[in-house]
Amino acid sequence: MAGNREFFNRRLHSLLGVIPIGIFLTQHLIVNHFATRGPGAFEEAAEFMGNLPFRIVLETVIIYLPLLFHAIYGLYIAFTAKNNVSRFGYFRNWMFMLQRATGIITLIFITWHVWETRIAAAFGAEVNYQMMHDILSNSGMMVFYIVGILSAIFHFANGLWSFFVSWGITQSPRSQVISTYFTIGVFVALSIVGLRALFAFV
Amino acid sequence: MAETKTVKFIIQRQDTPDSAPYTEEFEIPYRPNMNVISALMEIRKNPVNAKGQATTPVTWEMNCLEEVCGACSMVINGKPRQSCSALIDQLEQPIRLEPMRTFPVVRDLVVDRSRMFDALKKVKAWIPIDGTYDLGPGPRMPEKKRQWAYELSKCMTCGVCLEACPNVNSKSNFIGPQPLSQVRLFNAHPTGAMNKAERLETIMGDGGLANCGNSQNCVQSCPKGIPLTTSIAALNRDTTIQAFRNFFGSDRD
Repeated sequence: MAGNREFFNRRLHSLLGVIPIGIFLTQHLIVNHFATRGPGAFEEAAEFMGNLPFRIVLETVIIYLPLLFHAIYGLYIAFTAKNNVSRFGYFRNWMFMLQRATGIITLIFITWHVWETRIAAAFGAEVNYQMMHDILSNSGMMVFYIVGILSAIFHFANGLWSFFVSWGITQSPRSQVISTYFTIGVFVALSIVGLRALFAFV
Repeated sequence: MAETKTVKFIIQRQDTPDSAPYTEEFEIPYRPNMNVISALMEIRKNPVNAKGQATTPVTWEMNCLEEVCGACSMVINGKPRQSCSALIDQLEQPIRLEPMRTFPVVRDLVVDRSRMFDALKKVKAWIPIDGTYDLGPGPRMPEKKRQWAYELSKCMTCGVCLEACPNVNSKSNFIGPQPLSQVRLFNAHPTGAMNKAERLETIMGDGGLANCGNSQNCVQSCPKGIPLTTSIAALNRDTTIQAFRNFFGSDRD
């Protein structure tokens, strides 16, 4: 295995982006969507998630470790590319560039988001509807959250397309085109869920 | 009095592999049906730049003049392609010529494409048929397979796909689409398939297949229309299976 560490890392990077991180992202957006039914419904859902048994283990194994690996190795991948969309303005080349750009935006967003909620919670702040309401009342933060959430969803949807190629699932040009439509659908659907939840906090 | 028609060129030049590149402009008389190579020959015949100063002739590589050898590849108006099939009448002027900078520049438009030939050796892009005795005829190839494999065999190692790829650059050791598609070609051959695992394991090494970032510029740029991204996706599946076989399996070939 020592000889093909890069192969292993790349495949692991691709896999972790979908399982578990993509699944976690979807779950997170859906739980947030409870906010559209009012503060009470959101807090009830958040409390259920927060009181899951073995929460620390679940968070570490499903969220923190995969996210750290994906982020650090992803930065390396992003910075070894030499983008050339000005010379080769093809659709997939734009997606290639945007995948790297949204990855970096998402990383900045998530770092801030974890700082503002999880780390704040570790210092005694309570993560609840009121906290998000206070953050999102600031229109600058609202814009930051909209950009961050859309970047994360784009990165996931387009990453899902690459995942299907990287694991050899979609090979033929036709299957790759249909996969493009499918992942556009994923992007639109999750964006609706994410943005509706976001606006429900203000 | 009819004004004589001319063709304008802006050519990026470089005197030695280590010297700084500079641009020089040329204006040559127009003839019908010129291609970039015949224009460069015109400059060679009379190496005088657009300002009327005598200069050194522009160097470039060429061989077949019918887009099957790949030697005359260069960046023409921003796109890498063969200069033999780049017709002057179809190009916007001034025509900008640059070397493919993904490769080390030797001089002017001449680049050193050895990395691609080294990559072919690395992935063993051939079919070993030599033995100490006559091995007899090999197995037959299904006609359908032969048809798509033939498309892959059109690769002329021109380097356009590497020039177009955002992941082939000085910061990365990615071998690029060209040798990868050749792995698929030789693995598809019934006799070549006997070394399938060996080729797959090579491209699973550092700088190999996994470095592809799916920008798909290669398939858009290939002058021979080789389905490079289909080859890469097919190899992604083959290496996935190979990785599982290597770790969990007990049958090795």
